[in-house]
Amino acid sequence: MHIPDGYLSPSTCAVMGAAMVPVLAVATKKVNETFDKKDVPTMAIGSAFAFTIMMFNVPIPGGTTAHAVGATLLAIALGPWGASISLTVALLIQSLFFGDGGILALGANSFNMAFVAPFVGYGVYMLLQKLKAGKVISSAIGAYAGINAAALAASIELGLQPVLFHTADGRALYFPYGLSQSIPAMMIAHLTIAGLVEAAVTGLVVYYLIKAGEDNLLYKFTYRLRGENK
Amino acid sequence: MKKLLIAAIVIILLTPIGLLAPGSAWGEWGIDEVKNMVGYVPNGMKHFSDTVKALFPDYGIPGFDKNFFQQSIGYIFSAIVGIAVIAIVFFILSKMIGRHEGKNE
Repeated sequence: MHIPDGYLSPSTCAVMGAAMVPVLAVATKKVNETFDKKDVPTMAIGSAFAFTIMMFNVPIPGGTTAHAVGATLLAIALGPWGASISLTVALLIQSLFFGDGGILALGANSFNMAFVAPFVGYGVYMLLQKLKAGKVISSAIGAYAGINAAALAASIELGLQPVLFHTADGRALYFPYGLSQSIPAMMIAHLTIAGLVEAAVTGLVVYYLIKAGEDNLLYKFTYRLRGENK
Repeated sequence: MKKLLIAAIVIILLTPIGLLAPGSAWGEWGIDEVKNMVGYVPNGMKHFSDTVKALFPDYGIPGFDKNFFQQSIGYIFSAIVGIAVIAIVFFILSKMIGRHEGKNE
């Protein structure tokens, strides 16, 4: 889901980058309110976890690959704002050092994977918690929704490119496939395989943390945010 | 904490499994692949595709990616480098964000 450079027009990159500025500003404010300085290393662990989990490419029928992101897991453990910062750092390192996702496209990639994914995932998780569903099942379904929402956002950003930016004779200037190809391709990969991997990873980690009596980690930072008592 | 460290090391050592999946992710092709697929390289794509040369492209060590063993070493190395840089970034961030010690004991 890491959009490389050259795939999005500079103006699209600028719009997506601009969209991330207020997100990160509010995220910093929220983290300042809910985290103590000694808690920041937990955000680093979340970031490192997301970074590593994204290296596990899974094959998608049709010869392409996808991967889990861990966004909803981070949102449950760190709160969605803390997750947003952690994921943005992971994406920044991926683009700068490993060429995974463009530098110009960092705003778009962060918007999809560090904003849409954790917030949609967390929203669905919280909704299911309100409906008294178990933590494991809520986290898994939230994760499935979160990564698919991010994939949809990425496919729309890509698919809009040939519509908006093309030469007089109709050749694409940037990403060449339109929405009718980008949305099904991305969504089939994520609805069938990557979403299930994300759900399984998230559900298993939450299950393990509860089972190991470490479920404190699941709300140590966010109980203040959502008023849950430990 | 010890358990977490062991889990982290196991995950890092397992990352080369991710190399086994064939092909690129949809929408993450190189310029040559795009040319094969649509018959031309879009102008803007050509222009912006290599804005910055990554130090370890595709989580590999340049020139040390001839076979699965070398790629695996590159992958594990990349995971360690990535995690180390993340730790440094958050060390710096911790100077700037978070409340000072206190109420949360």
